[in-house]
Amino acid sequence: MWKFIFKRVFALIPVIIGVTLIVFFIMSLSPGDPAKMILGDEASPEAVQLLRQEMGLDDPLLIQYSRYMYNAIQGDMGLSYKSKKPVTEEIWARFPNTIKLTLTAMTLAVIISLPLGIIAAVRQNSFFDGFSMLLALFGVSMPPFWFGLLLILFFSLKLGWFPSSGSESLKSIVLPSVALGFLHMASIARTTRSSMLEVIRQDYIRTARSKGLSYSSVIRKHALKNALIPTITVVGLQVGVLLGGAVIVETVFAWPGVGRLMVQSIMGRDIPMVMGCIILFATGFTIVNLIVDLLYGFIDPRIRSMYT
Amino acid sequence: MEISQSKQDVIQKTKQYKKRSQILEVWRRLKRNKAALIGLAIVILLFLMVIFADVLYDYKGVVIKQNIPNRLQHPSLAHPFGTDELGRDMLARIIHGGRMSLSISLVSVAFSLLIGGSLGAITGYFGGRIDMVIMRIMDIFLAIPPTLLAITIVAALGPSTINLVIALAVSSVPTFSRIVRGSVLMVRDVEFIEAAKAIGATNRTIIIEHILPNSFAPVLVQTTLSVAVMILTTAGLSFLGLGVQVPTPEWGFMLSSGRTYIRDHSYLTLFPGLAIMATILSLNLLGDGLRDALDPRLK
Repeated sequence: MWKFIFKRVFALIPVIIGVTLIVFFIMSLSPGDPAKMILGDEASPEAVQLLRQEMGLDDPLLIQYSRYMYNAIQGDMGLSYKSKKPVTEEIWARFPNTIKLTLTAMTLAVIISLPLGIIAAVRQNSFFDGFSMLLALFGVSMPPFWFGLLLILFFSLKLGWFPSSGSESLKSIVLPSVALGFLHMASIARTTRSSMLEVIRQDYIRTARSKGLSYSSVIRKHALKNALIPTITVVGLQVGVLLGGAVIVETVFAWPGVGRLMVQSIMGRDIPMVMGCIILFATGFTIVNLIVDLLYGFIDPRIRSMYT
Repeated sequence: MEISQSKQDVIQKTKQYKKRSQILEVWRRLKRNKAALIGLAIVILLFLMVIFADVLYDYKGVVIKQNIPNRLQHPSLAHPFGTDELGRDMLARIIHGGRMSLSISLVSVAFSLLIGGSLGAITGYFGGRIDMVIMRIMDIFLAIPPTLLAITIVAALGPSTINLVIALAVSSVPTFSRIVRGSVLMVRDVEFIEAAKAIGATNRTIIIEHILPNSFAPVLVQTTLSVAVMILTTAGLSFLGLGVQVPTPEWGFMLSSGRTYIRDHSYLTLFPGLAIMATILSLNLLGDGLRDALDPRLK
């Protein structure tokens, strides 16, 4: 098992280097001279040139990238153009909020969608099946920001049950996490249903049934574990979508997370800040994928054995 | 000479019938799927609406012309969807907004299909080192969530419609290249390819005429679903102010400007959202239906 974990963690390093390199390269395409941005429009060309040299902006891109990453690993991602504070400090101040929001949304989605998918598969073609799949279809098609606005309209403006923005009280996480979770609920339910349908037609399920085991225990003990693998894949992939969605949902609900910080920084052309946020999101997603990979190993011994 | 001519005709005809019957078969299967038909009907309606948008509402005279005395009117006979904060008819803006959303996503899908498809075909067919290098790069791109990649590109290039198209196209290149590569790998070593090689067909002919038609089905399904995802991303980015800019009508952008008036004029957020949802829903229904119809094994 340790060998498996070690190999997977080791394989992560080139991916993170690649991801950050791509982000760094794309961001370097942005027009405007960072030195000029820091000094302001009135700065003399000599001063700008001096700062450029100091910041190493005339060096080749790969050298700039290595320097950036070398500093970033030590927790230094530069200063924000706008607030003049360290980027890492500002991001870390908001990061817990984003984690809170995505975790709540994901938990909500999994808690609702797993039983929904399983029951829909077990009672295939029933009314419940049709209803839950219709719900899932709406979930996939609903833009999260629109759903968020509808939630605000009904539960906050009309009924006054929950606040429409901010993160002051415990109640304020409800609407954003529902808005974010609904979309994921849909795809998790659909995947669980179809993989469950496939599994319950297998021979070993029939064997278990013919041994005289009750239907519910066959589903719980024999089918579920095998059916869960595609579900876990989807949950892992959804984290990426979730992070993208979080950017939008955080903006809708004025949730003080990294996503909102990123959008504000893009608007203010605060490049170091944008870069910090994107790199955090991208590496976060890669690490989640690693965790998903490791989970496969725990669930399915066949996958684990491929690495030993 | 005459005999070979008639032989040619026969070959031509068999080819034709074979092709036609395959499409007919798919259509026959699709027809049985009610949900897919509903999706198809809405998609066709949508395309008609978007194509004839100019006939329905004049762009300069109605869609972007401000009419302040007329502002924020609730839905009525004259303005079925009401008017926005600058007095512009919402129905007109939604129809023209659909033109914007659909053309942005179609153009982006076309670009990423072209680039991703060629990359996939080349790497799948030739294999070896090219395949290794390109696919590793694609893997790294796939490690970045697509919306985030699109946001990154727009953040770097600045918000505009063209940059939005670039961002959307780039972010789904890896998906298309994987799909095409997968289906190329499936037929690369099959006998008919060997036969084509034996009669001296060039690599280009083999790829274009013999291999690529095999990826038609998965590519068609993915295209339908990708258009849906791109409409959603376009709306999302425009909602954040990172996409289409004023005064061009676009659904996501309309949602974000209607947001300010949500308390008393909720129709301003209701209708653009409904338009997005109806479009995505119908494309998803059609895409799922096509997948079932094109590949009965998957059912």
